[in-house]
Amino acid sequence: MEKLNHISASPHVRGPMSTAKIMKLVIVALLPTAAFGVFHFGLRALLHMVVCIVTCALTETVYEVLTKRPLTVLDFSAVITGLLLALTLPVGAPLWIGAVGGVFAILVVKMFFGGIGQNIVNPALAARCFLLISFAGYLTDYTCDVCTGPTPLAALRQGEELDLFELLLGNTGGCIGETSTFAILIGAIFLLSMGVINLRIPASCILVFMGCMILFGGHGFEESYLVTQLCGGGLMLGAWFMMTDYTTSPITKGGQLLYGAVIGALAAMFRLVGNVSEGLSYAILLGNLLVPLIEKITVPRAFGKRPGTLLNR
Amino acid sequence: MAYSTFKGGIYPHKRKYLTREKPVREYLPKGELVYPLSQHIGGLAVPLVEPGERVLERQMIAEASGYISAPIHASVSGTVKAIEPRMTVSGIPIPSIVIENDHQYERVFSQKVIPWQDMEPGERIQRIQEAGIVGLGGAGFPTHVKLSVKNPKKIRHVIVNCSECEPYLTSDYRRMIENPEWLAEGMKMVLSLFERAVGFFAIENSKRDAITALQLAIRREKRMEVKVLETKYPQGSERMLIYACTKKEIHSSMLPADAGCIVLNVDTVAAIYQALVFGRPLTERTVTVTGKALAHPWNFRVRIGTSFTELVQAAGGFTCEPQKFVAGGPMMGISLFDLEVPVVKTSSALLCMSKDDVARFHPTACIRCGSCVNVCPEHLMPLKLAQLAQHYQEEEFRRMNGMECLECGSCSYICPARRSLTQSIKAMRRDLLAKGKR
Repeated sequence: MEKLNHISASPHVRGPMSTAKIMKLVIVALLPTAAFGVFHFGLRALLHMVVCIVTCALTETVYEVLTKRPLTVLDFSAVITGLLLALTLPVGAPLWIGAVGGVFAILVVKMFFGGIGQNIVNPALAARCFLLISFAGYLTDYTCDVCTGPTPLAALRQGEELDLFELLLGNTGGCIGETSTFAILIGAIFLLSMGVINLRIPASCILVFMGCMILFGGHGFEESYLVTQLCGGGLMLGAWFMMTDYTTSPITKGGQLLYGAVIGALAAMFRLVGNVSEGLSYAILLGNLLVPLIEKITVPRAFGKRPGTLLNR
Repeated sequence: MAYSTFKGGIYPHKRKYLTREKPVREYLPKGELVYPLSQHIGGLAVPLVEPGERVLERQMIAEASGYISAPIHASVSGTVKAIEPRMTVSGIPIPSIVIENDHQYERVFSQKVIPWQDMEPGERIQRIQEAGIVGLGGAGFPTHVKLSVKNPKKIRHVIVNCSECEPYLTSDYRRMIENPEWLAEGMKMVLSLFERAVGFFAIENSKRDAITALQLAIRREKRMEVKVLETKYPQGSERMLIYACTKKEIHSSMLPADAGCIVLNVDTVAAIYQALVFGRPLTERTVTVTGKALAHPWNFRVRIGTSFTELVQAAGGFTCEPQKFVAGGPMMGISLFDLEVPVVKTSSALLCMSKDDVARFHPTACIRCGSCVNVCPEHLMPLKLAQLAQHYQEEEFRRMNGMECLECGSCSYICPARRSLTQSIKAMRRDLLAKGKR
């Protein structure tokens, strides 16, 4: 035979989605939030993003070159990590903070655990928490040129009244990417329509969070209180972009609902009892750690089989 | 309107436009014909002819070797050249009868056919058995065994699988457009065996012409109905089809009859019709010869035993360098390293692909997106199963219901990291099945 034909086991066709394509879609979805951050906080926000993204991409490349692994930087996941990290920083923080965070996120949280798909907690969030603990002063200082007031959550605690429209639009203090609920939702709707994420995790998280706030918040159904709790902190960015991270969230449908609910409840608890506005980051990290357990108890019932006892599986 | 379907599944590019409007054309073989003795599930057929012997078209050249087996008939007249192992679609040489075509098409004197209504039910099934009819959708299970259920009264649904959910394939579609009355009459024959059953023609909603044609053909039939299903892969899988039509779920160790169902392929029903009305054994079938590498993709009525090489010529040859040949559809078909293999009873298509996705994409690390879990029609967790298969963890693989896998390929198709999920699971499953037999 002069030429050998290709042989492989079926199926012989592949779908249109690839890892890189998914990551690019997520980046596109983050653009409104990033753009608003730059618009609202000034060019320094852009600098933060550039520093974080470059550090993350470089760290991954250097590590892979040194350990002689295939280069994966073109799957764009490191770019997302960098961008998300920048979005969770206050604009006034020194620029080197992003670089330290980026190295920690990629090297310690992602590559040491085996690279893409293997990390057990969200790299961007873990890096943010690492920075929060190590450089608390820089990370909780939300004062900057454009906004002198406290963050909406801090204002709420002091009993100040907030303009809800300004809050939804994002015209408040806070981290670069968490202020504008509007911009975040544009990105979320885009991801939903592209089928990259689904409603299960964010919806169950937000519903449970709101439920807890209504029950235990002490303000009942008071509109401004609930909206501020929901949109004034990092919850929106977290629910739509951090919790829906594939690697660190459950793959089963039931598991996704449970995961969202657990984080929603934890976040509410941290806010109400712990009195720290960054509670959400810790809640998501805890949720990440629970994923293997959640997946174990939510194995779907196989077609045609009787429902088994969940925990035995 | 929401159409009946199942949970999960994928929407691959269909590419049926290549041959959808191409009416079935008869193709007469030029070279020798090869009849592997195993074209069905069950025992190898036993040759009834010797090398050098002259045979006539439609003559039985090999008989069934037992109950679960099927006879084979010559599709041309000619001389038996040899009985020897020949390469088949599966890549394994199988003892085959080779016939030199004399191009006379001299037929055996067909016995007088009595109207099928006058036959006993047992005789009808016997005629089907003698005609060598097996499931033409791809499985090749002998049809007479399928129809001989222990308690015919328990069968409530006879489902004709008209969904043809594999991309590219259009042979069933052409059958529905061109011979809907055969299918209606064939269904009547099958229903006559199961007095309490209703007949469903289960068609995907995208095949509008076929729906109209069948609805017209059964307009006077009280026991038949056209069931319109959502266009989705793998809608035509037996278990998914039963679920979509009756909402009953069966698992791998159950038979459709356990859910009160009999599922038949479109072409099988047409073969039953021809066997009972014309006394014609199964010697030809519709084959879709398609793919972007071909000049004129077409649907052909092909004599069983014809070489695939001839079909490529019949479809006008190649317009570009073909990358891959597949017998059957792209989702579950078998890739061929050599086209010098014969069309058998279960060959529904020859696909000549101008590019090979499998070679084009390289697997990367799993990002745990969960797409495979979402699309699995069996509600399994393909990424976990593939992992267990790679480590050969038999007990855990079974406990995670790995043996329930349909091997439909949906998980491999959807995987953004291009991982060979189906392939890993399939290898493990096949190994465990073989182990179970030993």
